[in-house]
Amino acid sequence: MANRTIVASAPHVHGPLSTTRLMGDVIIALMPALAVSVYVYGWGVLAITAVSIGCCVLFEALIQKFLVRGKQTVTNLSAVVTGLLLAMNMPANIPLWIVAVGALVAIGVAKMPFGGLGKNPFNPAIVARVFLLIAYPVQMTSFAMPSTEGFADAYSGATPLAAAKAGLLNFAEHDVLGMFTGNMAGSFGEVATLALLLGFAYLLVRRVITWHIPVAILGTMAVFAAIYGAVSFDTPHLVSNFALFHLIAGGAVLGAVFMATDYVTSPMTPWGMVIYGIGIGALTMTIRLWGAYPEGMSFAILIMNSVVPLINKYVKPRRFGSKK
Amino acid sequence: MKTFPIGGVHPSDNKKWSKSKAIETMELPDTVTIPLAQHIGAPATALVKKGDAVKVGDKIAEATGFMSANIHAPISGTVTAVDLQPNGQGLRQMMITIKREGDEWAEGIDLSTDLVKECNLSSAEIIARIKEAGIVGMGGATFPTHVKLSIPEGKRAEILIINGVECEPYLTSDYRTMLERGEELLVGTSILMKAVSVEKAVIGVENNKPDAIKHLKELAKSYNGIEVRPLKTMYPQGGEKQLIAAVTGREVPAPPALPIDVGAVVCNASTAVAVYEAVQKNKPLVQRVVTVTGKSIKDTKNLLTRFGTPVSALIEKCGGLPEGDNRVLNGGPMMGRPLSNLQSPVMKGCSGITVISGKEALRGEPSACIKCAKCIEACPMGLEPYLLAKQSKKKAWDAMEKSDITSCIECGCCQFTCPANIALLDYVRLGKQTVMGIIRARNAKK
Repeated sequence: MANRTIVASAPHVHGPLSTTRLMGDVIIALMPALAVSVYVYGWGVLAITAVSIGCCVLFEALIQKFLVRGKQTVTNLSAVVTGLLLAMNMPANIPLWIVAVGALVAIGVAKMPFGGLGKNPFNPAIVARVFLLIAYPVQMTSFAMPSTEGFADAYSGATPLAAAKAGLLNFAEHDVLGMFTGNMAGSFGEVATLALLLGFAYLLVRRVITWHIPVAILGTMAVFAAIYGAVSFDTPHLVSNFALFHLIAGGAVLGAVFMATDYVTSPMTPWGMVIYGIGIGALTMTIRLWGAYPEGMSFAILIMNSVVPLINKYVKPRRFGSKK
Repeated sequence: MKTFPIGGVHPSDNKKWSKSKAIETMELPDTVTIPLAQHIGAPATALVKKGDAVKVGDKIAEATGFMSANIHAPISGTVTAVDLQPNGQGLRQMMITIKREGDEWAEGIDLSTDLVKECNLSSAEIIARIKEAGIVGMGGATFPTHVKLSIPEGKRAEILIINGVECEPYLTSDYRTMLERGEELLVGTSILMKAVSVEKAVIGVENNKPDAIKHLKELAKSYNGIEVRPLKTMYPQGGEKQLIAAVTGREVPAPPALPIDVGAVVCNASTAVAVYEAVQKNKPLVQRVVTVTGKSIKDTKNLLTRFGTPVSALIEKCGGLPEGDNRVLNGGPMMGRPLSNLQSPVMKGCSGITVISGKEALRGEPSACIKCAKCIEACPMGLEPYLLAKQSKKKAWDAMEKSDITSCIECGCCQFTCPANIALLDYVRLGKQTVMGIIRARNAKK
């Protein structure tokens, strides 16, 4: 072995973090929610997940090899995360070819044309989801009802948010706590709130993300819903049920913890993150309460993604030695 | 337990390799080369020429102006050259070469190990002795100590902080000094308190050195106004501004503000021992403790080494370099300077020789920035390293100045933590030097 003297400037050691490890941690954090989805909807969701991840990885590898050229980047697991999140934003009975189309939009339109990981202004999984929602509205809003016996696509039902929008929900009697453990219709990844929160805890412990974005989003939504509820309802019980309902229903937790916190498309300073989170929370509630769609999380995140460069430019961390 | 307010990282401290090794005296080298620039400021002016005979402790180079430091002969013998010699990075610098004959010390230096506690000198006399002895900050920054102790007109020191943090991984020279020379350290601290006229001194030590904390606390009971303060371990706590904030809660404002602007004077623990020797024993700075360490170094040591000893001699003494790739550092792994020339001499600021070997010696492959903001989270100065690196790449110097690049302390937390392995500090350092140059030129014009 040749003895070489290596000369490079400080620092001469590197910490344990790597892009692959961070992405791996996000994947691990999503596993409890995926497991609950399998339990609630059956093995079909694994097929969707496999197709989504497989297509995302394949498309990224191919585009990198033949169009972008240069070093293969797919090993950093970011395509796996995109694929997993895209899948978890699908109804459990979605045709698999639609999933493949979604993967193509995520990787081929939202990510690689901008230069790949780190350069895309919008969250690829959400761009794909919104595209599918507009292109295939019927398939994207036919939600399988939860079932613990056999496969779930036996019949379809409305999501709690759609029911609420149509005025079909009685907040006094609605089983909000049941929703908490996965007993609601929706995209298969968003239904298991408890499992998603477990993932959140894991991400915090591993210091993959900080609390700022999820707490700002969910806090804003809770305050927004409570104010709206206080104006609309008479009893405090109804108001709190209404606020809790909005935190659990739909993609609130999945969006706040896993989608809005995407590094590339979220702000870089703690205060920037809080502003971004408040924006997403307020926009989501605005769309839910007064918009045409029952759920607004995806749109809210995309809109706030576009403001991120501006936030990064103007919201600076506190410099050492400046006033606290 | 306190630490500094913003950022910081937790590198593995790797002190276990050398922490239990008591200080040993390194054999005297046959020849030494002594650079005239061993400190921040102007290089010293040589007082000797080829053929001169010198004794240990003879002044061989004199401070050039206020912001400079004297240099003394570390061995006795004959001056064989005063010329340009390659330094650790291979750049040629003025150095004095001395060939050793015996080990004869200059007159008037007290070589006994008896502790002398009493000091009746005035502040000005103390500072004069420190200046004469050529003492500089021994934590690595090598700022002339007499300059630091000369409080500018209109400013007042309120607290003396002794830096026993040693937050650099691997290094244990300050740690061993605190354990083995605690009394001298405390007397030195009392002298420094007198020099800057303060009633209170705090010795800051990270809590990964519990035995040093315990030992110093025990000793400090018989000294007035000296408190030993354990600090929560976090890199870069040994940074002057970070330590002041950890101890006093006060933050030194952005440059050109100095520690004295918040009433603090900071001295390294080994410097305090050197101050003791200079003032009480009339002994100039001719040697220091150097940790020779690394995961693959066979016999790590803490060596009391005369200045000018070649780095290679220290490494040989500890079993030599391991096979394969090695990064040899003057200092620790976070801020140490890489050495390409191992024949280069040990200098006043060299607290350790760290050898990083094998795969760890090579830099990881960089990939795209994923904007994870880990560098912002880690930066102890509240800067945005990702942005500074981007601006540096684009040569956007004005923008870098507005992004407060001059506050950067080059601690390396950003690059250490970056999951994409981007050489953030390379870009930041380049930009900082350029911007500092632009600022100096602008000020010169005014």
